[in-house]
Amino acid sequence: MGTIYIMWFRAMLRYTRSGPRIVAALAQPVLYMLAFGYGFGSIYRMAGQGNYLSFLAPGILGMSILFTSIFSGMELIWDRQFGFLKETLAAPVARINVMLGRTMGGATIATFQATIVLILAALLGFRPYDWALVPAALGVMFVVALLFTTLGTWFAALLSDFQGFQMVMNFLVMPMFFLSGAMFPLDHVPRELAIVARFDPLSYGVDAFRALLLGPSHFGLGLDAAVLIGVTAVLMVLASRAFSRIQA
Amino acid sequence: MGADESASAEAQPAMIEVAGLTKKFGDITAVDDISFSVKRGEIFAFLGPNGAGKSTTIKMLTTLLRPSGGSIRLNNLDPTKDSLAVRRSFGIVFQDPSLDDQLTAQENMDIHGALYKVPPKERREKIERLLKFVDLWDRRKTQVMKFSGGMKRRLEIARGLLHHPTVIFLDEPTLGLDPQTRNQMWAYLQQMNKDEGTTVFFTTHYMEEADRNAQRIAVIDHGKIVAMGSPAEVKASQNAATLEDAFLSLTGHSIREEEGSKLDTMRTAMRGFQNRRGGR
Repeated sequence: MGTIYIMWFRAMLRYTRSGPRIVAALAQPVLYMLAFGYGFGSIYRMAGQGNYLSFLAPGILGMSILFTSIFSGMELIWDRQFGFLKETLAAPVARINVMLGRTMGGATIATFQATIVLILAALLGFRPYDWALVPAALGVMFVVALLFTTLGTWFAALLSDFQGFQMVMNFLVMPMFFLSGAMFPLDHVPRELAIVARFDPLSYGVDAFRALLLGPSHFGLGLDAAVLIGVTAVLMVLASRAFSRIQA
Repeated sequence: MGADESASAEAQPAMIEVAGLTKKFGDITAVDDISFSVKRGEIFAFLGPNGAGKSTTIKMLTTLLRPSGGSIRLNNLDPTKDSLAVRRSFGIVFQDPSLDDQLTAQENMDIHGALYKVPPKERREKIERLLKFVDLWDRRKTQVMKFSGGMKRRLEIARGLLHHPTVIFLDEPTLGLDPQTRNQMWAYLQQMNKDEGTTVFFTTHYMEEADRNAQRIAVIDHGKIVAMGSPAEVKASQNAATLEDAFLSLTGHSIREEEGSKLDTMRTAMRGFQNRRGGR
């Protein structure tokens, strides 16, 4: 427990020192909401679907969590290259606790960032249909953040350099975002895309956010929660195995 | 060291017992079938040119690398099987940086103390004492990234001394340190060795340092141990007046290239990555 806490605490300390990065990480979601939210708004309304910004905001929350979490998880590569990882790997503590502390820290940061995005979305006109469900949405946001931080940690434990990071970003993270239904409803998409989206964990995250913030959902909140928790558990096992095998 | 003292050390199992230890990286054999043992309470120096296999050996002893062959007992435990128990036995000062440079000196110390379960009160006192000792107390609230190379090195040493393990590994601890800090560090280690019977295992390029502090030394070259014994014995075996002469006669005069500049490759990669980030 002490180890998990101290690694989590370290992540918090580092977060408070990364001012420019926080701003940069918030700029992207805001840009998406302004450009797409307002840009496609009129077409979306003409298609009879209602307010696009409202539809988009939960997707942007998903995007923010996805990028921040994967990035936090993959900070492991930094720690390996700059040496701090050795300090934790040689310490008399269970490696799984080191990993859990790291991922909880990353997930906390991603959830916090997403909360700021939610507030910014509210400033742009987004309104949850029931404010009482917002805390539940925050809880799901943390689970989604934990899922992707663990995914990032798993990849970082298997990779050893920054080139691999590029591959992950371009061939995994970007497709995961665009195919998740964050930007468009999954209800009437071509079958192929619908199938692909079913294998994308972010689809369930975004769908759960919509269920809790807007009401309607594509998969149903129960399936969303089951998939998110199940995938997180499987990734935890994979990541902790890879992490405990890291050699310095 | 008194005769009866060494006799009692003899009776206990060795602190470190290595037999036929080998580490291969692809075609390269970094450590080639070495065997040695370090007694409890001994100060032992591991000497060798760049790339001889010193750090690789330390990494295998400290559970950070898995050996390709051979066996290790550390504090009567096997690092490949009881890695957590082994980690409870040792402390280590790494050769290359292992600080979190976004954090302050004090935060680095604190996290180390927490990971090694030094009780909070004792932690506070020792952190103050050690940071004063390496002359960083006034800079304790400064982020490590703003430190010079020598200051970082001093902080690494202070951090390594924060808890008192059964055996402490120091991989070229004094590289880049001024003579003052070097002497203070050795005074501290000698005291720890005397008071608590801490076994000290260190590597260095300063032969004079090994001669002065080590009870026994091993010289390793091309992954093999080429000489072992007390400094006097090693000097005598080569008919050399100084340990440096003995070292050179054992390992030759040619200069070794350190295995690729890993750091340079990394820097290039970093640059590429930052460009990518900026572009997104």
